[in-house]
Amino acid sequence: MFGNLDFDVIRRSAGYLFFDGMSFTLTLTALTTVIGGAIGTVLAMIRLAPIPVLPKVVTAYVNLTRSLPLVLLIFWFYFLVPYVGQWLTGADRPVHVGAFSSSLITFTMVEAAYFCEIMRAGIQSIAASQTNAARAVGLSYLQAMRYVVLPQAFRNMVPLLLTQTIVMFQDTSLVYVVSITDFLGAASKVAQRDGRLVEMYLFAAVVYFCFSFAASMLVRHLQRRNEFVH
Amino acid sequence: MLEKPMIDITLVNKLYGSFQVLTDCTTKVAKGEVVVVCGPSGSGKSTLIKCVNALEPFQSGRIIVDGVNLSDPKIDLNRLRARVGMVFQHFELFPHLKITENLCLAQEKVLGRSREEAMVKAMGLLERVGLKDHAHKRPGQLSGGQQQRVAIARALAMDPVAMLFDEPTSALDPEMINEVLDVMIELAKEGMTMMVVTHEMGFARKVAHRVIFMDKGEIVEDAPKEDFFGKPHSDRAQTFLSKILTH
Repeated sequence: MFGNLDFDVIRRSAGYLFFDGMSFTLTLTALTTVIGGAIGTVLAMIRLAPIPVLPKVVTAYVNLTRSLPLVLLIFWFYFLVPYVGQWLTGADRPVHVGAFSSSLITFTMVEAAYFCEIMRAGIQSIAASQTNAARAVGLSYLQAMRYVVLPQAFRNMVPLLLTQTIVMFQDTSLVYVVSITDFLGAASKVAQRDGRLVEMYLFAAVVYFCFSFAASMLVRHLQRRNEFVH
Repeated sequence: MLEKPMIDITLVNKLYGSFQVLTDCTTKVAKGEVVVVCGPSGSGKSTLIKCVNALEPFQSGRIIVDGVNLSDPKIDLNRLRARVGMVFQHFELFPHLKITENLCLAQEKVLGRSREEAMVKAMGLLERVGLKDHAHKRPGQLSGGQQQRVAIARALAMDPVAMLFDEPTSALDPEMINEVLDVMIELAKEGMTMMVVTHEMGFARKVAHRVIFMDKGEIVEDAPKEDFFGKPHSDRAQTFLSKILTH
């Protein structure tokens, strides 16, 4: 049955697959991780801050975001954001938001919610006595966070943050619903065009596996290194 | 006592929920005075000295440190904490930073010293506590006694007007207690104002001017060292002393 498979299609389309498809996938993953990570860290600090109202708002946001399917959120954002933009700016027609911006915003906001929970656990894993010690030498609350708590929290949580990034790397393939061509989308297009579905989807699976597996090996390595530190 | 006291604690009350941790605590520590605070566990000793550098809030009463009233909403508590050194039972060095960075961090971020200035100060203090050779290690590579000496150096790097010690030797193996006490004794002899929560009665006998005995959140006894060890007034202090001095 494998006799009439043509794996040469991979070689012929490799440029398109990697330079168009994979570069988009990696760009979206990287931007999402960096921006979502930064926002998530701030959200985590707000959730744990001894202030009124705001922590509850953040908690509600995190719970809502994590309870809805990602595809649904991508859709909602794609169709809603232009109208929200119109309402915010008072323009007379829906604001034009490109598919890329829309999906970047969606993924960033979702990732922020997940990172918020990871960083919250990370911050809580650092004993309150460390904050006390930092305050005792005169550092302000924010300085204590910045120089003492967050570096340790981040270090403890790197394996979890990376694992979440691997999940996000796979989830970026959902952008097909708003007609963006990521790696899987590119493979799919070539597959349809050349009628080489089995070859292309097999290849796509192998590539996703290699990326994700390599990353999870890195996670395991970091975990072991952390164990030695403590 | 003609001079204004360095630490002036008046009728301080503190509650955790409905549980009263401190009841009407009143005492004074003069400049250059060494006061040992002792008492059974849960008596509020640690809480009291944490109140002194505002790490713990209190509900009523007044604490004045070097002329600054802690309850005054206008004062900068961070500035105040920088001027009162604190040493913890479990050292609480910053494990992700090197020893030198542990000593330089607050000097640079709070006092605004340059890296060079902070390093000179740090190395001087590390030499003083006998740990210059360990300057570039991380806390996890040092023994408990060494870590506690670094913690003392970290507090001293801020040029504090007073030092608070919260059971500084309780978490140490017996053979390491003396190296820490020696540093503290030297500090006391140099005229540092100190409030020390400890059960090391040998230390108290050697350098303390006064001993405060606390029980159930109250200051039961506040007496010059000679009187306290000679004949404590209260039964509770007598019972406590007889328990810890018999070994």
